[in-house]
Amino acid sequence: MEDTDKKENSCLIEFRGVVKRYGTGQAAMTALKGVDFCIKPGEFVAVMGPSGSGKSTCMNILGCLDTPTDGEYLFEGVNVKSLSRKQQALLRRYYIGFVFQGFNLLNRTSALENVELPLFYRGTPLKQRRAMARKALEAVGLSGWEKHTPGELSGGQQQRVAIARALVTDPEVLLADEPTGNLDTERSIEIMELLTSLNSERNITIVMVTHEKDMAEYAKRTIGFRDGLIDNDIQNGGH
Amino acid sequence: MWIQSIILALKEIRRNLMRSTLTILGVVIGVAAVITMVTLGNGATAQVTQDIASLGSNLLQIRPGQGRGPGGARSESDPFKESDVEAIRSQIKSLAAVAPVNSSMKQIIYGNQNYITSVTGSTNDYIIAQNWTIDTGRKFTYSEVHGGKSVCIIGSSAKENLFGAEDPIGMTVRLNRISFKIIGVFKSKGQSNFGRDQDDFVLIPVKTFQRRLSGNRDISSIMVSAEDGASTEKIKEQIEELMRERRSGAREKDEDDFSVMDMKELASMLTSTTKALTALLGAIAAVSLLVGGIGIMNIMLVSVTERTREIGIRLAIGALESEVLKQFLLEAVVLSSFGGIIGITLGLTGAGLLSKLLGVPFVISPGIVIIAFIFSAAVGVVFGFVPAKKAAHLDPIDALRHE
Repeated sequence: MEDTDKKENSCLIEFRGVVKRYGTGQAAMTALKGVDFCIKPGEFVAVMGPSGSGKSTCMNILGCLDTPTDGEYLFEGVNVKSLSRKQQALLRRYYIGFVFQGFNLLNRTSALENVELPLFYRGTPLKQRRAMARKALEAVGLSGWEKHTPGELSGGQQQRVAIARALVTDPEVLLADEPTGNLDTERSIEIMELLTSLNSERNITIVMVTHEKDMAEYAKRTIGFRDGLIDNDIQNGGH
Repeated sequence: MWIQSIILALKEIRRNLMRSTLTILGVVIGVAAVITMVTLGNGATAQVTQDIASLGSNLLQIRPGQGRGPGGARSESDPFKESDVEAIRSQIKSLAAVAPVNSSMKQIIYGNQNYITSVTGSTNDYIIAQNWTIDTGRKFTYSEVHGGKSVCIIGSSAKENLFGAEDPIGMTVRLNRISFKIIGVFKSKGQSNFGRDQDDFVLIPVKTFQRRLSGNRDISSIMVSAEDGASTEKIKEQIEELMRERRSGAREKDEDDFSVMDMKELASMLTSTTKALTALLGAIAAVSLLVGGIGIMNIMLVSVTERTREIGIRLAIGALESEVLKQFLLEAVVLSSFGGIIGITLGLTGAGLLSKLLGVPFVISPGIVIIAFIFSAAVGVVFGFVPAKKAAHLDPIDALRHE
């Protein structure tokens, strides 16, 4: 009884006084000024805040793409700073799915191959890879677009390919930087419903940056950023 | 995993067709140029060596030198006499042949055919000294040589020009309005260097030449062939001594008014000349190799922004630095090897065609093929790999943001 209690109370992701500074001297800019929070397994968190408040920086650190200047980032209790570059890469490979704000798809590479890429690095055999990528594309409503390259897809479609790429590995944590930023309301709702079902059915922990209140309402918890600090942290009721 | 990586590399190459083509082009041009040039140069060297061997490498040629007249003006020195030839023959040992040589361009007529060919007056010793072999017919007889009979042996090109497929033995041709009976045909030696046709000539006895064509008793040069194993240097010295003595009447303390040329010297001189030429061609080709290399470098550096972002994406979704590097290295190696193989094929084909065109033997030197290939491949790999290595070492977010 105590054991499960402990597990439920322990953080999957924890920030302890995280500071991120860019540049040096007079040009120095502090994006995060000492942020603390804890996200437990299975949570669905929306991160909100005006632009320049540090949301994206926070996401990049969460995704192990960037390192904090100061403070600690613990993933399942392990200080990420203590991990080697290789271990960090493996953490990204096996635990994290990342949806970038700017999609970051490979040019001149088909949607299917883009979605396959994380599986390739996991060493999934080709046939299985293909099938999984197709399924992921289907889940984001892109069946029939497998052969198209990002250049031939609309912004919304590219966004969905990026989401499919993040989902295909069935990650423990899904980090999404404005996943609905380029989509119309209808598609946005579809994507949010997809995320909600992933969260509730597969128990994937989701951290999502958004500036739309409607979208944030799908999450169970909202963290508000302002000037590099956490402004508010609200548990959304009954959605 | 390796097969998968190679497939991935090939896919990447196809995806960036323009960049790949330009990179390959740099390697192709460099490799092809070097191989063509050096192969041709080697061919020319081989040709010269072969020509000299066909002339007879034991050959010494004695010519009246151009002595210097008063005020440094050049003056033709006296030609040789029959007695000079006899003196060399009797006083110098280890000689295989001593041949007096007179020659001039004359019109030769057979039936309604006529053209200008080279007519040489000499003896059977000329045939020995010049390594000629009789294809059909025979050499001169003693009485033909000493009696100055109107007989001739013709080269295969002269035969071709006048008779075609007909058998010329026993036929009569006219030189200077004098009839000559053909007693033999020489076997073809082929083209000499610089495209001169050695087979286009007519050999007649030297006495006949003097009496019927030149109208004097001069001998314009003497050809001497040393016996196998005899030192041409020593023989050259002996001839020089002898000729100095015999021609001392004309000039006393002055420098020699004749020259003795050793074909071996000539051979080494010509060989070193063609070698220098090969080196020059090689140097020019090396420049194109370098330019090709710079081309590759440019393409690789220009595409580095795009590639850095690609590396960032791969790192962000969980690729290890080493995996990304392996992929890029493989891509560069595959691309460069591909270009190298095309370059080698093109270079050898080009060299083959050109050597046929220039009548030079086709001599492949594997060393240069390997050097050209390694150099361009190294350029491709280094400039494909070093920027990738730099990018893969960045934090993923910095690689993604790279502009």
